[in-house]
Amino acid sequence: MTGLVAALSFAAVLALVLILGHLVAKGASSLDWSFFTKNPVPAGETGGGVANAIVGTGIIVGLAALIGLPIGVGTGLYLAEYGSGRLGWLVRFVADVLNGTPSIVIGIFAWTWLVKPMGHFSALAGSMALAALIIPMIARTTEEMVRLVPHSLREAALALGYPRWRTSLRIVARTALAGIVTGCLVGIARIAGETAPLLFTALGNLNFATNVLQPMQTLSLQIYVYATGPFDEWHRLAWAAALVLMALVLVLALSTRRAMRQRHGPAR
Amino acid sequence: MTTLPIEPLPTPARDDSARDRSGGVLRGRNTGDRSYRAVLTALALVLPLLLLTLLAELALSAAPAIARFGPRFLWSSTWDPVAQVFGAAPMIFGTLASSLLALALAVPLALGVAIFLTEFAPKWIRQPMAFLVELLAAIPSVVYGLWGIFVLIPFLRSAVVPPLKAVLGWTPFLQGVFYGNSLLAGAIILAIMVVPYIAAVSREVLLAVPASQREAALGMGATRWEAVWTAVVPYGRAGLIGAVILGLGRALGETMAVTMVIGNRHDIGLSVLQPAYTMAAAIANEFSEATTSLYLSALFEVGLILFVITVVVNGLARLLIWRVARGTVVGSRAL
Repeated sequence: MTGLVAALSFAAVLALVLILGHLVAKGASSLDWSFFTKNPVPAGETGGGVANAIVGTGIIVGLAALIGLPIGVGTGLYLAEYGSGRLGWLVRFVADVLNGTPSIVIGIFAWTWLVKPMGHFSALAGSMALAALIIPMIARTTEEMVRLVPHSLREAALALGYPRWRTSLRIVARTALAGIVTGCLVGIARIAGETAPLLFTALGNLNFATNVLQPMQTLSLQIYVYATGPFDEWHRLAWAAALVLMALVLVLALSTRRAMRQRHGPAR
Repeated sequence: MTTLPIEPLPTPARDDSARDRSGGVLRGRNTGDRSYRAVLTALALVLPLLLLTLLAELALSAAPAIARFGPRFLWSSTWDPVAQVFGAAPMIFGTLASSLLALALAVPLALGVAIFLTEFAPKWIRQPMAFLVELLAAIPSVVYGLWGIFVLIPFLRSAVVPPLKAVLGWTPFLQGVFYGNSLLAGAIILAIMVVPYIAAVSREVLLAVPASQREAALGMGATRWEAVWTAVVPYGRAGLIGAVILGLGRALGETMAVTMVIGNRHDIGLSVLQPAYTMAAAIANEFSEATTSLYLSALFEVGLILFVITVVVNGLARLLIWRVARGTVVGSRAL
């Protein structure tokens, strides 16, 4: 039986290895200078790149982080500092509910709130949808990280006459900073790969665009369109774009793991 | 007869000035503390407001469809945009079928991983292996879909389905020609996607089981495997069930990967080799082509149903997990 559970574990790891292996095998050969610097060419022609999607991903995810992180971290601090009451319970419960909400539902919600009134698709609406996804994640990880700070630190600061807000910000939050930043990076890695909430908000764009009030392309949208399209050339580009997106997510995940280990030591 | 006068206990004199001096700093009576708390509270209120508006907006947008079709929407399987008649039964069926099938595949795998990593694996391998399994959760959904289209489906077509049909082809579950996009492909992709969630939470739950449980079983002469199976797993049962339900919640709402491989056909069939549809996939596919307001409203109702189901499923999972691993933020550890 020990052998069985060991085999099952290796099967799970094998799935990861297979997926990453295929990404490299099918995507790496298409990565060249023009892939990163050119925009897509019309269907049927060969060549072209995903420069617009890379820039678009940066803008949309960056904007989402700008909106979502302050609210998420603030909520997390609230939960850790004042979260023992009824409101704390409610916020915690709502965060967990929203964490499990299908992202496509957030997508159509953002459509009714932002796209429909504005009359056209926009990158901003996509960012708002992604922000709605990242807030509950950040709130819960921030709370967890702040709660790891030993009580003695807080008590020492209060005993020295520090007001509570300065204790919270300058002592507690600063001690937990590495953990909070890690949580934020994990959240950003997660939303960078999201597609469903962007389908009806950012929409996608074949041209290079930087105006956040207009439709914009992201890597994830581009992969979806290319993978489900009929052309071999598109499929080739889809694999390459997927490799780039995966590399981005992996770098974030690995760097956070390093930060966590330095902070808390090797966990259990 | 006189009753003894009962003197009320003397209340200790309140020294308000002293309380203010000591409590003022601690309880947030000064301006800085009060505004700090107000700002944090305002930020914390964003999430409940978001949930409220989300629910209200979905319900409002779905209202025309609800008024038009009533509860029939849930079991009617006609989805005809031209005739303006909508019923979501095939999608609801497809969502449940693909998710449950995915769980059937994922649960043994994920529990195996969790048990191996907490009970049997050598110490040095536990952390890296747990990390690798959790990395599965970091792969974007659309990348799973890409892999499903170009690797998994050809593999199923050439190596899995022919032998499966040869042995079990007489069952109603394996009828019809296998073209690729199918319930089976969707369920397998979903299974890989939910393994990291179930495994991570199960691991937390098993780690929370007190060592005394293990030791008691071992002390009575159980082998290590017997100790796990008779003492550790039953102790954490509620939490493990919670982990599985949490995985179910993930599977129900998963959109992109499923949309790309499940075939997207409005049909209820028993055969896993045939195309199917899910609620999330229907929204992803049809939302932008919904030309009439009733069509759009029907899609919103699908979204509302999906949302309500996932809320119930996730709420149930949290309650079960909290009973075992109280206080830990389960699930967030999966990347």
